Amino acid sequence: MPELAQAADRRDAAWWIDRMVQILVLAGGLSAIVFIAGIFVFITREGAGFVFDRFDFREFFGSPRWTPTSSHNPTYGALALIAGTASVTGLAMVVSVPFSLGAAIYIGEFATGRVRETLKVLVELLAAIPSVVWGFIGLSIMNPLIIRVFDVPVGLNVLNAGVILGLMAAPIMTTIAEDALKAVPDTYREAAEAMGATRWQVTFRVVLPAARNGLVAATLLGVGRGFGETMAVLMASGHSINLPTSPFDSVRALTATIAAELGETAAGSDHYGALFALGIFLFLVTFAINFAADVFVRGGQRKHRRRGRRPAASANP
Amino acid sequence: MSVPVQASEAADYAIEVEDLAIRYHGKPALSDVTLQAPRHEIFGIIGPANSGKTSFLRAINRMDLMTAGMEVSGSVRVEGRDVRGWRNPYALRRRIGVVFPLPVGLPLSIYDNVALSSLLRGTRKKAELDVIVERCLRRAALWDEVKDRLDSLGSLLSGGQQQRLTIARALSQDPSILLLDEFSIAVDPVTTMRIEEVLSELKSEMTIVLVTNLVQQARRLASQTAFFLTGELVEVTETEAMFEGGAKDPRTTAYVEGKFG
Repeated sequence: MPELAQAADRRDAAWWIDRMVQILVLAGGLSAIVFIAGIFVFITREGAGFVFDRFDFREFFGSPRWTPTSSHNPTYGALALIAGTASVTGLAMVVSVPFSLGAAIYIGEFATGRVRETLKVLVELLAAIPSVVWGFIGLSIMNPLIIRVFDVPVGLNVLNAGVILGLMAAPIMTTIAEDALKAVPDTYREAAEAMGATRWQVTFRVVLPAARNGLVAATLLGVGRGFGETMAVLMASGHSINLPTSPFDSVRALTATIAAELGETAAGSDHYGALFALGIFLFLVTFAINFAADVFVRGGQRKHRRRGRRPAASANP
Repeated sequence: MSVPVQASEAADYAIEVEDLAIRYHGKPALSDVTLQAPRHEIFGIIGPANSGKTSFLRAINRMDLMTAGMEVSGSVRVEGRDVRGWRNPYALRRRIGVVFPLPVGLPLSIYDNVALSSLLRGTRKKAELDVIVERCLRRAALWDEVKDRLDSLGSLLSGGQQQRLTIARALSQDPSILLLDEFSIAVDPVTTMRIEEVLSELKSEMTIVLVTNLVQQARRLASQTAFFLTGELVEVTETEAMFEGGAKDPRTTAYVEGKFG
């Protein structure tokens, strides 16, 4: 018998293919990390000169005065830009979270058959609308609408950009949230239904808690999307430097500033470096948001798993 | 139960386990197990939940390789070779068929479920595959029910049918060892009896380790039975003796008589 086992223990073609594929996918995974790191290194390098020589922490985060083109005293206060991005993103979340969660719950838990399939396709279609089209809607439809309804002089403001951004982020959030609901095993629903729970009670008491992590992740990814969105915000926000005190103030976003000004600067100048400093800040915030979303998604998966996660272990002793 | 294994005897045992201990993330699940399963017999393992029965099976076919936090110490020899000495653990697994408690009909056609292991090994000839598929399905007592719809999805069969499909798939590996982990949990009694008959026939070709929570099933099938309790091997005894009051440990007697567990 040992001889038989000995003969069976060959590193056959399947074993070698397995090895090669493991190396290949490892390379694929590493390349993703390399690209992300490369991007970070690039924007850090471009911004480094400014960050180390000219950067004033208190000015950058404390002053709303962004006057990089001033000939005698250029200032680089990003507070107004950060406030612009934050206010627009915040309003966008207020708009999109209820819409997307509602849509996800309807599609995932209440709608059936044809209605459900149609809605899913439509939501995915909405997610594919280019951001410049959203910006166009903000500029040509929302703008006059806001002026007329609220009787304000300018319709390109936090309200406009927030609503546009919210509508933009909602389809993606809906899709991810619906995936989170779909990942809840049907046995949970059946067990609750068998107790006489209504559709809504099942959803509220059983499905939503089970899917909580996925739903939080969906929201965070929506925040990340809003934070990084450029074109629609540039077009709908009014693009004027302001610390907003009401939704009807025009603001300027971090991303829009980079997009609008980078082409006008001399490479290596303070202004150029300052824009890259904005980029580093954006990168870090977006990274933090995505990281948080990832942590939540993982938390959700662990809950429904009976045994430990399978590591990407080689079968080699 | 620490009987030293002599080299001359080794060949008579399909599985020899010495001082086996299993931990998950440092927490002991099973410790100090030494036993031998003779070739071409059914070796029963009984014991209440959390006694380490499943962990024991997982150590035999090296599931620790893909389970995070699972550590195995001691030695497990299959056909006289330590399982951790295999350079190609996949080749080891091909020689060991496993049936899990809950049926797993893979989302392939019934035919492909059974033909899969042959396909993985490079058999491409339809005629050969046909023979293997029919033989394995017949042995798993499923052929008559599915012969007219081999193209439909295996995952759509009923629970009992899926479990027989799982067994057919394990048999298609042509294993020298078959590990069954509470196979009858999702199967009705009639089907269970049919599978038990099949197992009795199969032992002429392979060694079977039968983990079961039905003590009577062990009694019907196993020649020797091990009793596991909370991560400890209480004893290994000839099955008949164990059930006729000849158990070495009073806990075993209490368990097989249904006083606890």
